[in-house]
Amino acid sequence: MDELIREWRDRVRASASRGESLQLRGGGTKDFYGGPTAGEILDSRDYAGVVAYEPTELVITARCGTPLADLQSVLAERGQELPFEPPAFGEGATVGGCVAAGLSGPRRSSVGALRDFVLGTRIIDGRGEVLRFGGQVMKNVAGYDVSRLMAGSLGTLALMLEVSLKVLPKPVAERTLRFELQQAEALSRLNAWGGRPLPIGASFWHDGVLSLRLCGAEAAIDAAGRELGGDVVAADEATALWRDLREHRHPFFQSGEALWRLAVPSDVAVLPLEAPVAVEWGGAQRWFRGGLPAQRVREVAEAVGGHATLFRGGDKGDGVFHPLPATIARINRRVKEALDPEDVFGRGRMYPVD
Amino acid sequence: MGERNEAPAMAQREADFSKVDRARLVEALAGALPAQCLLHAQEDLQPYECDGLSVYRQVPMAVVLPRTEAQVVAVLRICSEQGVPVVARGAGTGLSGGALPHAHGVVLSLARFNRILELDANARIAVVQPGVRNLAISEAAAAHGLYYAPDPSSQIACSIGGNVAENAGGVHCLKYGLTVHNVVRVRAVTIDGEIVEIGSRAPDGPGYDLLALMHGSEGMLAVVTEITVRLTPKPRLARCILASFDDVAKAGDAVAAVIAAGIIPAGLEMMDQPATAAVEQFVQAGYNLAAAAILLCESDGTPEEVADEIERMRVVLEASGATEIRISGDEAERLKFWAGRKAAFPAAGRISPDYYCMDGTIPRKRVGEMLLAIQGMERKYGLRCINVFHAGDGNMHPLILFDANQPGELDRAEAFGADILELSVALGGTITGEHGVGIEKINQMCSQFTTPEIETFFRVKAAFDPAGLLNPGKAIPTLNRCAEYGRMRVSNGQLPHADIERF
Ligand SMILES: Cc1cc2nc3c(=O)[nH]c(=O)nc-3n(C[C@H](O)[C@H](O)[C@H](O)COP(=O)(O)OP(=O)(O)OC[C@H]3O[C@@H](n4cnc5c(N)ncnc54)[C@H](O)[C@@H]3O)c2cc1C
Repeated sequence: MDELIREWRDRVRASASRGESLQLRGGGTKDFYGGPTAGEILDSRDYAGVVAYEPTELVITARCGTPLADLQSVLAERGQELPFEPPAFGEGATVGGCVAAGLSGPRRSSVGALRDFVLGTRIIDGRGEVLRFGGQVMKNVAGYDVSRLMAGSLGTLALMLEVSLKVLPKPVAERTLRFELQQAEALSRLNAWGGRPLPIGASFWHDGVLSLRLCGAEAAIDAAGRELGGDVVAADEATALWRDLREHRHPFFQSGEALWRLAVPSDVAVLPLEAPVAVEWGGAQRWFRGGLPAQRVREVAEAVGGHATLFRGGDKGDGVFHPLPATIARINRRVKEALDPEDVFGRGRMYPVD
Repeated sequence: MGERNEAPAMAQREADFSKVDRARLVEALAGALPAQCLLHAQEDLQPYECDGLSVYRQVPMAVVLPRTEAQVVAVLRICSEQGVPVVARGAGTGLSGGALPHAHGVVLSLARFNRILELDANARIAVVQPGVRNLAISEAAAAHGLYYAPDPSSQIACSIGGNVAENAGGVHCLKYGLTVHNVVRVRAVTIDGEIVEIGSRAPDGPGYDLLALMHGSEGMLAVVTEITVRLTPKPRLARCILASFDDVAKAGDAVAAVIAAGIIPAGLEMMDQPATAAVEQFVQAGYNLAAAAILLCESDGTPEEVADEIERMRVVLEASGATEIRISGDEAERLKFWAGRKAAFPAAGRISPDYYCMDGTIPRKRVGEMLLAIQGMERKYGLRCINVFHAGDGNMHPLILFDANQPGELDRAEAFGADILELSVALGGTITGEHGVGIEKINQMCSQFTTPEIETFFRVKAAFDPAGLLNPGKAIPTLNRCAEYGRMRVSNGQLPHADIERF
């Protein structure tokens, strides 16, 4: 076993026996996300590098501290990518942090979320055991899917040492179309288009403009362009738009106000929140800016069968993530205890300690 | 660190349920269910004694066929109170003995949960009961130009609840994903009789991804009573290439070459010569019987897209040494190409009294190696094996042919299968891609996982089912069993699962 892993294992065990918390951290680009963090920092960047990558297997395995940008350039050399387009939110983003945050970018609605691409992990659990779940193959039902559980667990279940992700070839071609539409009309069109076999990769509505990104074979994009209409956006402008959207550098995200993320069924009508709004994922991800009362935002989300996250800024006193129903909360707590009985990892990051 | 670090007792050894009081159980169930929803006479129990892996048979104490969720809750409460094992059952097509009854337990059949509750074309979802057949969802969605993408070969019979429990796949999963990628919500009842909603119609939910845990959990965590699936727009067109190769390794390399060319075919399946020979007797799919292996390579999408992709695939396949390439000219021909692949299981049943279907997944690049090793095993065990598989996913389905009436053949078939599974692990793969561990592969779990990993699985189970009443003895081996298996592997020739009646 690697010297560093041995050292980390001992650190986890020591923290567990002292009842202390460890803050698992890569580049710290997602420090803003989730509840307040406590405890000593365990810097994952010391354990970096791509362990295995075979383009024809469509799988890449990397150590947790590998810079996300490095992994993406390794893939790009072979014409492949992480199709769920995870946001980096800064220079230093790591692969481990990306999986732990569980965030997906613009193309999530067409290709699936980060969790859909997790194939396997090697972890250190809260007892200091090195464990491996899943693997490097596409299909695997041996044992419970503990590796997928890591996606979005925000470093509260285990220290991820390595992760294997499914990758895909980059789309052969892309084109972005622009439509001037009010939100209600944009939502209804997005849902109608969603029911047709169109190569829609991503969508973004804000301030009376719907941008639609087509991804696929050249011929398919041409055909869809004829069917859908709209104005073609210049290629470099389009690239910048989707990148800025993914990284929250688009002007909508730039004001200093609190940012709420509502995940809702895509076909839900315009939500009754008086605040600037941006819509992604065919209507399923809706962003709101401004000092809205947490209670009100949660009610609105819940009323339509969704949930709300105080994504960035604002007053975290009322919690960041949507409260869980009692039975689910209990199962969550027990799952956490199954992997991390002494609550070593990321204490309070997901839900306040009770 | 205190007692929380001890693995649950169920991780150590299988619980002893022999104290279950049958009369008391049946009485309580009779009080909670209408008479026609409860079976306990020996002759009524017989049909439930096995699933699709019929070498394992066990009659349960009772079978319940509830019609409502309230009845499911009542049954689980009774079993929980009386400490009775519960085995959920969908259509019973499982191939790993997942729905094999427990001798001291209840089989909870979801067969009467067979309604599609809602189909929302605009939102592209369907809310269905777990007993609904996989294909019935696509049939209902067809009017809206939609379908449910995962298409196991058993789709006319298997239930969507069983699909969730096994994370079932199909020939189109390379492009469209497995069950876990196409289910957005399940509603389930825990062993305590509590109803939980896991997932929703929103794209994600707060807290840990329990929906991922439910997939492939083989009825060990909770009983699913409702499922919301995502529907996919039907592609306008699909065409299929049938490519022949004079060498199995070349066919394997061609699979890698297609993917290296940046193509994700809608389906990418391979059959070896013994398999094509077997199916040609059965359905005339027009396969090239001289070929060492054939590939079925499908493209779907808009007509423009398909034309483009088919051409790109043809070029790659030719460059990879295909000896013959045929492209389906119309839908009838495409279905004919697939007919042979889909008939592989029945064909195996025709050419051999019994067959045993394996399910290991390995990295694609090791497929050739595995096929060669299997040829060696055919000699070692004196049994034939035909190979059909999801080549695109590296998910192999070797079908070991045997005759259970010939003394020793079943044991040899099982030993053959165990060898294949262990080699799958050694080649960097897994013992099961989509059929589940059930009872069949439970010993091989000991080769794939370490003791602390197995303990973790039991802890996860205990998070849902602390008393270990849901499908005990399946999917995750106890540490005792692994210790015994270790011994068994040295002392050859001993029958695994000697405790279970077999035919
Ligand atoms: C000819 C043939 C071809 C096949 N082809 C494929 C294939 O291509 N791909 C593939 O993936 N599989 C295939 N299978 C295997 C099988 O069809 C699948 O595993 C299927 O998902 C099982 O569904 P079922 O309803 O029959 O489940 P069952 O066999 O009844 O049960 C399977 C497991 O699910 C659990 N379960 C069932 N319902 C529930 C519920 N409501 N809640 C909780 N647990 C539940 C049971 O306890 C058991 O552990 C094939 C089988 C056959 C016989």
